Amino acid sequence: MNIKKIAKFLFLPTAVLFSIPCLVAGQEMESHLGKLTGHAESGKQLYYRFCWGCHGFRGDGTGENWLPTGNFPTEPYLNIQPRNFDAAVFKCRSTPTGTLPTDQDLYNSVERGFVMSNMPSWISLTKQQRADLVAFIKTFSPRFKNEKPGELINVPAEPKLTLESIKHGQELFQKLECWKCHGQEGRGDGPSASTLTDSNDQPIRPYNFAVGSRFKCGSTNQDLYKIFMTGVDGTPMPSFADVVKPDEAWDLVHYLRTLQVTHKSPELVLWESTKEGSQQVASRRVSGTPTGSGIK
Amino acid sequence: MLRKINCAALLVLVAAWGIASARPSGGTVSGKVTYEGTPAKQKPIDMSKEPSCAAQHPTPITTETVVTGPGNALENVVVYVSAGAPDDSTPPSQPVSIDQKGCQYVPHVVPMVVNQELKVINDDKTSHNIHPLAKINHEWNKSQPPGTPPFTEKFEKPEFIPVKCNIHPWMHSSFAVLKNSHYGVSSGGGGFSIANLPPGKYTLTAWHESYGEQTQEVTISGSETKTVNFVFKAKPY
Repeated sequence: MNIKKIAKFLFLPTAVLFSIPCLVAGQEMESHLGKLTGHAESGKQLYYRFCWGCHGFRGDGTGENWLPTGNFPTEPYLNIQPRNFDAAVFKCRSTPTGTLPTDQDLYNSVERGFVMSNMPSWISLTKQQRADLVAFIKTFSPRFKNEKPGELINVPAEPKLTLESIKHGQELFQKLECWKCHGQEGRGDGPSASTLTDSNDQPIRPYNFAVGSRFKCGSTNQDLYKIFMTGVDGTPMPSFADVVKPDEAWDLVHYLRTLQVTHKSPELVLWESTKEGSQQVASRRVSGTPTGSGIK
Repeated sequence: MLRKINCAALLVLVAAWGIASARPSGGTVSGKVTYEGTPAKQKPIDMSKEPSCAAQHPTPITTETVVTGPGNALENVVVYVSAGAPDDSTPPSQPVSIDQKGCQYVPHVVPMVVNQELKVINDDKTSHNIHPLAKINHEWNKSQPPGTPPFTEKFEKPEFIPVKCNIHPWMHSSFAVLKNSHYGVSSGGGGFSIANLPPGKYTLTAWHESYGEQTQEVTISGSETKTVNFVFKAKPY
């Protein structure tokens, strides 16, 4: 067989092989964020540079930072397992429990990062790059091809903050039994807290309101509203959309803010202006600093 | 006019006859599910953290990963036609239900057909969150405080789904989402029965949450009743 024949012999399979990516690229995954359009092909480059160390080669959340290493053969390096993208179960959404998130939800997660986990905020990337990453992340699960995101949870305009609203929120906190996991003071130490596991059977802690001001899925009152109405899928936190009315939900938001005793929100300031509120907050606030100065 | 009414009545009669004759009648498969060996000892559940539930159980209940009866009977086994029967074109109109009662799921195993409605009830004086850990279907997680009306859900694909309540870590259940309504669940004596099977050759699968699956072939001709028994090997752990 001479070289020409070999070349001919090899040409067809090679041509077929190389045309496969073109065919796939024909229906390339995109993300749409306002005027921005993200492209999976560009996102792929970024993913295999910045993300796969934790989220894994196949996007299944088993990157080398998660898998036990030589030095620590039984312990993973990260304490919270990175998101498994093939399951298409996402914590932070603006859509009902069990449904797909919107592109904007995924974009926000990449931009914001996850407080108290190893997922940083990716504001170091350009907006276009983040949009590209969102498009690529959506290629790991066929659900994004076959389904649309859920219908947006309606967040009505926030009513005026009043003491009645905070007090009603406090009643709801009892009635809905939020304290079973989050504790009476919102420190994440309720009676069920120690037994909680996520959907991969990994231990997971309920949110501790007494530390900081940010939540896993954002830091505004609207974000807080959405967290308990959508539920945090893949974790023990359920959706309350069927059991809490919209105005009640705002009352709960106002009360939850007062549990963040280190964050001077308008809700905390108003609550502390009352006798009941100031006593409650004072008893919940840990005085002193980590260095010990200021402890009386 | 009278003629029209007559015609309508005749049509109704014909339709009724059609429905009656179309109703599946046929053979029955029944049998008994048993185990051999020593099953894992079930642990008593401490409900002291939930007094309203603890009060409903004068003697503490145990976990239900393996529930047995006299004569080595094995309960909560779903026996279903896994091959040989067509998928149900429409799901049964009656919903199946699961009740949260005394901080337990009743029944422990809930078989249903794809897209059949599942009614979730909370009869307790405490909040539950019902959390099906679906892998093929969509995983969801909903809170159901005391006094809230039942809600309905459905699953689009066949799957055995473990279900838990995160607030009460001892609460476990399984949803068996099946392709057709030819199924039975082994009861206290281990017995099960699948009626109205048209003549044909079927593969029967028996599924148990701890012991996995077994299959057997069965051929039904006419309206006979065939006996098929399953024996699971119990694991002591």
